[in-house]
Amino acid sequence: MALQRITSPHMHAAQTTQRVMQLLLLATVPGLIALSWHFGWGSLINIAIASVTALVCEASIVALRKRPVWFYLHDCSALVTAVLIGLALPPLVPWWVVVVGTAFAIIIAKHLYGGMGYNPFNPAMVGYVVLLISFPIEMTTWPVAQSILPEGKVLPGLGESLQIVFQFSGTAIDGYTAATPLDSFKHSSGLLVEQFYDQNVWFVNGRWAGAGWEWVNLGFFAGGCFLLYQRVFTWHAPVAMLTTLTIMAWLNYDGGSSGSHGPATLHLLSGATMLGAFFIVTDPVTSAVSNRGRLIYGALTGILIFVIRAWGNYPDAVAFAVLLMNFAAPFIDYYTLPRTYGHDKRNRGTATLDASKQDTAKKD
Amino acid sequence: MKKTWDIHGGIHPPENKSQSLQRAISNVPMPDVLILPLNQHIGASALPLVKPGDTVLKGQMIAEPNGFISAAVHAPTSGTIAAIEERPISHPSGMSAPCIVLHSDGDERWVEGPPPADYQSLSPAQLLTIIRDAGITGMGGAGFPTAVKLQPRQSIDTLIINATECEPYITADDILIRERTEDIVTGIDILAHILGRPEQILIGIEDNKAEAYEALEPLLKDTAIELVEFPTKYPSGGEKQVIQILTGQEVPSGKLPAELGIVCQNVGTVYAIFRAVCKGEPLVSRITTVTGNSCRTPGNYEVLIGTPAVHLLTAAGFDEFLCQRLILGGPMTGYTLNDLSAPVIKSTNCLLAADAAESPQQGIPQACIRCGHCAEVCPAKLLPQQLFWYARSKDYDKLAAYHLGDCIECGACSYVCPSEIPLVQYYRAAKAEIRVMEQENIAADRSRQRFEYHQERLAKAEQEKIAKREARKKAAEQAKLSAQDNENIDTEDTDVVAAALARVRSSKPSPEEEHKRLQRAVMAAESRLAKARANHELCAADDPRRASREATLEQARLRHNEAVEQLTRHTDSNDTSKEQQNHTAEIPARTQHQNQNQNQDTVALDRAQLAIEQAQQRAAQQAEMSAQEKLQLQCDSLRKRLAKARDRLKQAESDADDNIEAYATAVTKLEDKLAVRQAEVEQGLAKTPAESDS
Ligand code: SF4
Ligand code: SF4
Repeated sequence: MALQRITSPHMHAAQTTQRVMQLLLLATVPGLIALSWHFGWGSLINIAIASVTALVCEASIVALRKRPVWFYLHDCSALVTAVLIGLALPPLVPWWVVVVGTAFAIIIAKHLYGGMGYNPFNPAMVGYVVLLISFPIEMTTWPVAQSILPEGKVLPGLGESLQIVFQFSGTAIDGYTAATPLDSFKHSSGLLVEQFYDQNVWFVNGRWAGAGWEWVNLGFFAGGCFLLYQRVFTWHAPVAMLTTLTIMAWLNYDGGSSGSHGPATLHLLSGATMLGAFFIVTDPVTSAVSNRGRLIYGALTGILIFVIRAWGNYPDAVAFAVLLMNFAAPFIDYYTLPRTYGHDKRNRGTATLDASKQDTAKKD
Repeated sequence: MKKTWDIHGGIHPPENKSQSLQRAISNVPMPDVLILPLNQHIGASALPLVKPGDTVLKGQMIAEPNGFISAAVHAPTSGTIAAIEERPISHPSGMSAPCIVLHSDGDERWVEGPPPADYQSLSPAQLLTIIRDAGITGMGGAGFPTAVKLQPRQSIDTLIINATECEPYITADDILIRERTEDIVTGIDILAHILGRPEQILIGIEDNKAEAYEALEPLLKDTAIELVEFPTKYPSGGEKQVIQILTGQEVPSGKLPAELGIVCQNVGTVYAIFRAVCKGEPLVSRITTVTGNSCRTPGNYEVLIGTPAVHLLTAAGFDEFLCQRLILGGPMTGYTLNDLSAPVIKSTNCLLAADAAESPQQGIPQACIRCGHCAEVCPAKLLPQQLFWYARSKDYDKLAAYHLGDCIECGACSYVCPSEIPLVQYYRAAKAEIRVMEQENIAADRSRQRFEYHQERLAKAEQEKIAKREARKKAAEQAKLSAQDNENIDTEDTDVVAAALARVRSSKPSPEEEHKRLQRAVMAAESRLAKARANHELCAADDPRRASREATLEQARLRHNEAVEQLTRHTDSNDTSKEQQNHTAEIPARTQHQNQNQNQDTVALDRAQLAIEQAQQRAAQQAEMSAQEKLQLQCDSLRKRLAKARDRLKQAESDADDNIEAYATAVTKLEDKLAVRQAEVEQGLAKTPAESDS
């Protein structure tokens, strides 16, 4: 009999990295449905293009690095990056925009930094920001929601959408586009919030944050709750982020003057808020490690999002805020180490052997 | 209901306890051969008291403890000692170790012993002796000698009985409580008696042992013992964890629970103590859970220590073909056994014969995604992902800074890691390496200390040398200065004399010191004399040693006289010598004077005197010579010195000496000097006729 000699533990919980990634993919479905319902086929096409690009890039890089390709592909992490990029990009954006963004995310932001687990920046957000800086026009052209299109007009069907995305015919998406609610709000100077809500086309059918948008965000929120329930991540980062964002909006909301930065509901349910809170800020690799750290990380991200939205140049800010906080994550880790059992003081990341020796020496 | 505290993290793996709780504790047929490792505990191996061929009785001590932290081994049954040799034992490394091999005779004849007394009437010390002589060690897994644990230096106010048994599959303690409840309670009372009736006596039990709880509860009604139930969670049963749950206190890192006034004992140990004290039976058997899908009759077995694993497994209907992994201990902390003949030892609480479904292949580890699940479940509140990182890069300083030493190797982190990284394996390896390194460090420290001490000594010697040289130089300069007043004597000769004098002086202590030294010498001589006298008086007239004693006495007397004389002379002379001026003219007299009271430095003095005399001679000779001759002579000597210096320089060049530059400058200086003198000589030669003319 060949008895195995393996060290303990001899049991393992069902959760694997692969399963975590699959759950993440599953959790994007409600948001994706909402996106497609309100904005047409664009997001699905984005995701398809991004997925193919991501898998090809991942496979070739892994092969180049002489690692087992299947082993790395089947952890699904590349797919998650692709789906997040696909969701974040405006629907009906030209195909090459998606390809460039995804390739950049996988090759540069992920693998050049050492691959899975080593990347200091969230690959999807790096891809997004690179695109936003390089192709600002394509990146800020959002289609309008179906519900606010003029009577008789419908969003392009699948065939037409594909034609737009791959730019076969001269079909332009111009007829279907408008500034996003956050963007319009930003440029609504002179109007009271009340007036803006009355006048702006987005809010004719939208309740809190613009037609369609609120449903998209609620979709991602639902997905996030599912992940929380599945214990894929802890509540700390998303809750902290949403809380500070709300507080910031509330503190800066003066009841609806023209200089107001919008009510909290607008900030919570518009733009990429929920996608960011539950799918980006919770990225384990690039966020802080401990629960305390994650609270701080999430809270600061929330503040940054509001600051950039209110006073920055870009209408939405999740990507920038997250990347900035990715920079800060190691620092947060350094100063939020837990206090080990049997020790009086918290660890410090800067701790060296000497420091810990002193620590014990003092106790003696 | 007593308040309990929660531990950080923890996991809820499938319990799998019901399988082995189906039947009552069963007995195992007597094995033919029992293998008793000499080291079944933490501490020094026991020393065998028997030799092959001896017949032993059940319960007879066959190996005695070697030192304080050690434990005895007893014959689990009667029979003959077959051998004392290396046998495969149950150890993570699968190694062999010295064992006593006993062939049982099947008679189970007990050794005669005094009938057990009522423990209430025994003193704690007597009870501790019984426990020690019974070879009892911690039965929960670690195997620390129990008697040692029960006599801490601190006073104990809390006794904790650990009935947590949090590890999946294992039910040995559970069933023990259910079936031998009264014995356990008596055992706890014995412990309380030994520890001087601590204020609190707590039994910590998880809420998945309802039956055990119900069995215990009525028996504790009128006792000081409190039964505390808390939610099931792994690893609540760790000593540090159960202490935290029951008292809210954390055992300080690197310290023992006794530091907090707490002693923690496992249920199995309590039972062994009961048997030893109330039945007079040493530790020769234990309850072991045999379970897993590869056993047809999983359950708890009362098994003799030393029973080969295969024998016990067979009793439980072991199916070899189903078994994938044979684990000694539980699935979280146990280790795989690869030799079925390895024996059950005192700390073997479980044999888990897992089939393929129970022990899935370990997945290929993926990259750490820093998800932090490991940190969430770590009961020690460590950051396992950081420890993993540093263990892989062998950054031992960081590992220490992140408190690797506080990891209890519970395996919770590995259990939850979605990337299936065998974290604990990394920690064990790192800990082992650190241990080796520490040992090496101790050795290295020692040799470094030796080396440093040696260096220090050398440096000190060197410094002393330099200081002496400096002092000499200074003295020489002073002598030169004062000698400049004296025009009668050639400068160069004064130099020599002054230098000689300075040498003498620097090697000679100041008069005060000298005085003290002499006083000390007198005192020492006095005491020696007194001793010799005493010795002499003690000696009987016919003692053969008398003659030598007399001689010693005489010698001591002489020495004493000498010392006293020296002291008086020194005191007298000191006054005079103080007044003496540092004047070259007085040198001979003074040197002589000093010489009188300087027996110690005679060698140096002799040399100095010789130099002085030589110098004086030369001075006298030179004085007799004409100036011209003098110059010539100087030239000659300079030439000689130059030649010597050149030789030295050459030597230095060929040896690549560090001082080569110094030699080179010496040569040039001498060359210059020689040139000057030669010029003088020539001048003198030119002048001489004129002089003689005038
Ligand atoms: S659980 Fe595993 S993957 Fe997650 S942080 Fe810990 S070591 Fe990394
Ligand atoms: S094995 Fe060590 S690091 Fe891992 S959970 Fe247990 S105590 Fe923490």
